[in-house]
Amino acid sequence: MTPNETNLSRRGLFMKLGILFNGFVAAALAVPIGRFLLSSITRGRANGYLSWVSLGDVDKFPEGETRLATFRNPLVMPTDGKTADTACWVRRVAGDQFQVFAVNCAHLGCPVRWFPQSGLFMCPCHGGAYYRDGSRASGPPERGLFEYPYKVENGLITIQAGEMPTPGPNALMRKESPCGCSPA
Amino acid sequence: MRLLSRLGQWFDHRLQLAAPIREAVEHPVPRRTASWFYVFGSAALTVFCLQLVTGILLAFTYVPSAGEAWSSLQALNHDITLGWFIRALHGWGSNFMVAIVLIHMVQVFLFGAYKFPRELTWIVGVFLLLVTLGMAFSGQVLRFDQDAYWGLGIGASIASRVPVAGPAVVKLMLGGPIIAGATLSRFFALHVFVIPGLLIGFVCLHLLMVLKLGINEWPMPGRIVKRATYLSEYHALTKKDGAPFVPYAVWKDLFFAGVVILAVAACAVYFGPFGPTGRPDPTIIQTVPKPDYFFLWLYAVLSLLPPSMETPALLIGPVVIIGGLLLLPFLSGEGEKSWRRRPIAVLTVLLVAITLGTFTHLAEYAPWSPQMNAWSGAPVPVRFLHATTALERQGALVFQGKQCRNCHSLGDSGGQRGPALDSVAVRLTQDQLIRQVIQGGGNMPAYGKNLSPAETTALVAFLETLHPAGQPAARDASRDLLGQ
Repeated sequence: MTPNETNLSRRGLFMKLGILFNGFVAAALAVPIGRFLLSSITRGRANGYLSWVSLGDVDKFPEGETRLATFRNPLVMPTDGKTADTACWVRRVAGDQFQVFAVNCAHLGCPVRWFPQSGLFMCPCHGGAYYRDGSRASGPPERGLFEYPYKVENGLITIQAGEMPTPGPNALMRKESPCGCSPA
Repeated sequence: MRLLSRLGQWFDHRLQLAAPIREAVEHPVPRRTASWFYVFGSAALTVFCLQLVTGILLAFTYVPSAGEAWSSLQALNHDITLGWFIRALHGWGSNFMVAIVLIHMVQVFLFGAYKFPRELTWIVGVFLLLVTLGMAFSGQVLRFDQDAYWGLGIGASIASRVPVAGPAVVKLMLGGPIIAGATLSRFFALHVFVIPGLLIGFVCLHLLMVLKLGINEWPMPGRIVKRATYLSEYHALTKKDGAPFVPYAVWKDLFFAGVVILAVAACAVYFGPFGPTGRPDPTIIQTVPKPDYFFLWLYAVLSLLPPSMETPALLIGPVVIIGGLLLLPFLSGEGEKSWRRRPIAVLTVLLVAITLGTFTHLAEYAPWSPQMNAWSGAPVPVRFLHATTALERQGALVFQGKQCRNCHSLGDSGGQRGPALDSVAVRLTQDQLIRQVIQGGGNMPAYGKNLSPAETTALVAFLETLHPAGQPAARDASRDLLGQ
């Protein structure tokens, strides 16, 4: 081995060590960066995004009718503005028996509107329609409206909310309408 | 003048850029490529530069906060001098950029420019198309209005259909459990930093390869691309029949770029900025969200696919389309370049253009959506009420009051979700009408629970009058036999 070659391999070794060292530094930084990027997923897993939110007095909701109610999302960030306000359709079947539907169409999430005259929810986007009990009537949705779990205590109705319902196979609120029971 | 040239020399001694730049701009190109067909790539780059400038100007005022974004756009539109014009330039620039990128892609495809040795140029071009569409979508989100809010909801609903990872993808996209401040902030970061960074990187690669490999020669029918001989043939062509890019070909690029920027400015002045539509308040549900122009075709596809096909189409469709585009130069890397000898290529372009055009046209009037206000807003035309009985008029009231009109038109007004009912009595007998109203079917909800027997009787009596003069209503022949 000539001295030249030894020199080269020594420099080469240092360069490789340098690359390795930077690789370690990058890997060490990648962990917190990755955790930061994925925090919106992991936070939901750890604590869950859902909490019980009040919709107010049950007497606001006449029996046999469906009314729009709004609530503030349980998790609010300072920059959320009005977007943390959420609407839902509350159907008081009878007495303490309710159905609380998400406004989001089970097709692609557009806001459905209630038409009491024909007893239908209609979606303005792709034409989905649902009966008064939330079950699918026609159009592209593959299922009925999403229902929030609810409970009635001391004359107040509260629902378990905090996540925008989406129609995927593992989505929350998979329960098919109609239900008519209190799952809480 | 002498001072200027000395100043230039002073800089060039230090930068040493003059020689490589001169070499790049004066490289020989085949004479026939100095053509008006070869101006779309540079035009796309020009519009992108316009987008960079106007985007930075907008960022002087825009506030990427879910609580403030909408108001800051209103301020741009109404309070700040010429804020509306900068918004309009950016909005129209976006539409022009997507359109020019698509035209450029069609030209490159029809001229066979993706073939050997320019496969990678095409692949980078496909990524440029994707990031351009990404800019268009994320830009639509930054115009944080009702369309943006519900458009994000649609995006999240599509993402949620990814098997297993769906809910995680949704939360990653929204930055939390709902569409809110965190969502807008991350789309701002995407639109302003991430995607433009990718775009600039891809543009540099794309241009570098155009310089290194040379512009695609004008395709001649019968001139076949072969891997073994192409490079020497191309060099021979540029030597024998070449001219320096500057100034021989560049003047057409310059003229077209100027025309395009003028056209963007003209649209901006004449049509003004896009929106914002209503305030992004999710409790306002009286809204009819619609995507921007270049995503209208997708809106139509999502309405027209059978429900069971939708998820597979949404998940597999993009993979097939993007995969097909990326594989194209490997599937046909040699052979004819001229579109005159490539009928399948021409037919493919026509088929895709007609398909996208038809879907876009359909989405402009969305016949699948119920017209939410037709029942109270569109009166029954008088000719349908002329000489009717009290029962039939009562039926017309039921027809309006029960929102049938939202999906069924009469006299060309009303929804188009269901068939027009102007002559429904010719198609359906009394019994069939009753059955259809009560049980629904064929994509119509059942109204049995929402109509009293008296209402049904009146409604069907009205529907039975809906036939053209001189054309009798449909009858059940078996009733004649029974003497009923």
